[in-house]
Amino acid sequence: MAKIPEIDRNKCNGCGLCVGVCSCQALVLVDNTVEVREKRECHQCTRWCTMCEMVCPTGAIQCPFEVVTEE
Amino acid sequence: MPGALPNNLEAGIILDDMMAEADCLQLSAYFSGLDSEELDSIREHMFKKSVARGEVIIFEGEPATAIYIVISGVVKVFKTSTDGKEQIIYLARPGDSFNDVPVFGGGLNLASAEAIMQVNLCGIKKDELKAILLENPKLAENVLKVLSQRVEQMVSLVEDLSFRRVTGRVAKILLENAEDTNGQRHRLTQQEMAAMAGTAREMIGRSLKLLEDEGKVRLERNRIVITDKKALGEIAGVST
Repeated sequence: MAKIPEIDRNKCNGCGLCVGVCSCQALVLVDNTVEVREKRECHQCTRWCTMCEMVCPTGAIQCPFEVVTEE
Repeated sequence: MPGALPNNLEAGIILDDMMAEADCLQLSAYFSGLDSEELDSIREHMFKKSVARGEVIIFEGEPATAIYIVISGVVKVFKTSTDGKEQIIYLARPGDSFNDVPVFGGGLNLASAEAIMQVNLCGIKKDELKAILLENPKLAENVLKVLSQRVEQMVSLVEDLSFRRVTGRVAKILLENAEDTNGQRHRLTQQEMAAMAGTAREMIGRSLKLLEDEGKVRLERNRIVITDKKALGEIAGVST
């Protein structure tokens, strides 16, 4: 189960828009490709804002949800 | 001299400014196909603006004074209802323009615009734009194309804003993708849900928020928890 945004390095064009919108500064550009800096830093969000996924022009970042029914 | 900069720093800033202007002209559909002489004349009328994250660049309802083109960053163009609900019209990314419709139409700002990260813009004031258009027929042709695209965007948004129907489709998608009898959990991105519902991604976020406000789901970090399956089924038009 993914707890951090999933990044497709092949799709990332290094534009950095996701880095700019990330409210918890969890994303960083390394060698022109975005990476999640520290898992715990991304966990500062109480819930996924998914802004990184929203602004990505190439679809390189995904924030998938699993759908469950409350017991 | 107050504010004087070291020569190398000043040169760097000037170089950055020139690159920003060049980028602005290259990125925007407004200036496509214009020759260097035409671009030079337009460049003289441009101003630049840097905006910090969270800063509102224009406010809905105020007189439209300038058209803006995004050089870097992302600008959220949105309307706000009287009870504070926000409707994102679109996100303006590098090369996109905003506030063009009211500037050409001569009215008030139709929407507000906010920088959702550090943003660099270039702009042209309304009065100067009219003069430039009179001198550049090619630019006028480009303006028609850009405004046509804007109309297409709005028509698409109107289509999406048959809001309840979208929410119903989202509800159905959630029910269909909840863990199955084998305990298998499926994962979906909002983009995938948008594709499944035949709508824009932004509409998915709004629909999920609406369903949460109504107590039918709970949004967690990477989970959507169905809290009222029966009510969700009623919205979706399916029996649960």
